[in-house]
Amino acid sequence: MSISMQDVEHVAKLARLELTEEEKETFNGQLNAILKYAEKLNELQTDNIEPTSHVLPVINVMREDEVRPSLPIDKVLLNAPDDEDGQIKVPAVLE
Amino acid sequence: MALFDMRLQEVHNKLNSKELSVQELVDASYRRIAETEPSIKAFLTLNEDGARAQAEELDKQLQDGAERGLLFGLPAGIKDNIVTEGLLTTCASQFLSNYNPIYNATAVRKLNAAQSVTIGKLNMDEFAMGGSNENSSFYPTRNPWNTEHVPGGSSGGSAASVAAGQVYFSLGSDTGGSIRQPAAYCGIVGLKPTYGLVSRFGLVAFASSLDQIGPLTKNVEDSAYVLQAIAGYDNMDSTSANVDIPDYTSALTGDVKGLRIGVPKEYLGQGIDPRVKESVMAALQVYESLGATWEEVSLPHTDYAIATYYLLASSEASSNLARFDGVRYGVRAENPDNLIDLYRKSRSQGFGPEVKRRIMLGTYALSSGYYDAYYLKAQKVRTLIKQDFDQAFQQYDVLIGPTAPTPAFRIGEQVGDPLTMYLNDICTIPVSLAGVPAISVPCGFADGLPIGLQIIGKAFDERTVLRAAHAFEQHTDYHKQRPQL
Repeated sequence: MSISMQDVEHVAKLARLELTEEEKETFNGQLNAILKYAEKLNELQTDNIEPTSHVLPVINVMREDEVRPSLPIDKVLLNAPDDEDGQIKVPAVLE
Repeated sequence: MALFDMRLQEVHNKLNSKELSVQELVDASYRRIAETEPSIKAFLTLNEDGARAQAEELDKQLQDGAERGLLFGLPAGIKDNIVTEGLLTTCASQFLSNYNPIYNATAVRKLNAAQSVTIGKLNMDEFAMGGSNENSSFYPTRNPWNTEHVPGGSSGGSAASVAAGQVYFSLGSDTGGSIRQPAAYCGIVGLKPTYGLVSRFGLVAFASSLDQIGPLTKNVEDSAYVLQAIAGYDNMDSTSANVDIPDYTSALTGDVKGLRIGVPKEYLGQGIDPRVKESVMAALQVYESLGATWEEVSLPHTDYAIATYYLLASSEASSNLARFDGVRYGVRAENPDNLIDLYRKSRSQGFGPEVKRRIMLGTYALSSGYYDAYYLKAQKVRTLIKQDFDQAFQQYDVLIGPTAPTPAFRIGEQVGDPLTMYLNDICTIPVSLAGVPAISVPCGFADGLPIGLQIIGKAFDERTVLRAAHAFEQHTDYHKQRPQL
């Protein structure tokens, strides 16, 4: 299975990345090499193998549904690139 | 003996007898940094004012005879993907070049409770992606043994700072080998604990099912002390393991009589530098002389580990890094057309090539139509790799092999070839996929560059790993050798 330039553009769109033509060329070659290498996994028969997503048996950690103090607004906004009236500011979502 | 060549206990004795103050220790650390940093470049941010204020406070406690923590007064460096309140945490990325955390990672909070002193934040591959430190978006760190060579990655700054005697110990993070491999390249001790033993709360996530924080130190005993301070359950981390924490230092008996060692033949096969193999074989003779036994074992799915790892880690990375959108923190691109354009421009300007490559690979592997062929397949192969370890540990107490197939390579040598760079991690990645603990200790030199011995243990059996590593150290002097800087 090989990746075309159109695939690279589609994946970049999904990943919210804007790539230059040079980056597209580079990634096209590199991703194809890596995925070709990854095809060696097909040598293994895994139909009856359970997937391992975590090496430990992970269970959900639940806490009591109690009201707790939130972070102070000034601290939350400390790292915000743009803010106004105690809110993070972004470009208009709706026209 | 120089201060930073001493064991933790020796430094503590000097502090207790008031032969040395914390202030003097911290001054010595910054002095050493001033001398060596121009050639090593291990740090991204220094915490001089904060560290000196902390030292003053600790010296007062020393005078008052107050109870002292496990790491009292010891200068420490923190990898820059572990958040530190009020101290920049950039992940060596332009994206987070202005990020000032409002809280401490649990591991940092525990170090503070153990009273170590944070000297600064250490360089790394951007978002911990890389095996050479060349992917830092600020500057590469250099290997203290030969500055033409890489220090390893991604915790290259953490390893180089300890090897160069700039700090007493450091914290790194290991996803596919990022503590062990740089420790091996820099001739120090690096421990990747069992997945879940050390809280990941406040560690900027790369691949959540693999990431683990651990110590880099000059010797095994100090590694046990740092692990003691940072291990333990944390309800802020849903993957934290709720297990009893044993006394790690009491395991360091020097006795390995009867220890059963398995030597994975796949770790000594094709691609392994003959000098590395020779050093590992010599280490096995040391164990034999101490009454341990060893024999060859097979981990048959080793050859599939790298492909499995890069599919899984990149998939998790593409998901974890979706949070970097230029909205709430980090650097925001100027003059976007709309909100989507803001995400796209901010991410494209903020991320470096290795991060973009892995996001692209992960997004592809998780995308509609390819999920089963790549992501699910890799999850299933991961099961087979884990089963290899489960079976080996039915027969052996530890597995031993090299940490990396070669000594540190030259800066720039592999930059254009990511696949070759990925193959450097063949000995560390299977261990990460299985989630078991492993330590790298110095076991030789080739052309003046250190070689690392990897000792792998059963899940949560850090005591045996540390015991085996310490016994080796007691009968060799590789860990005592220092780079000439």
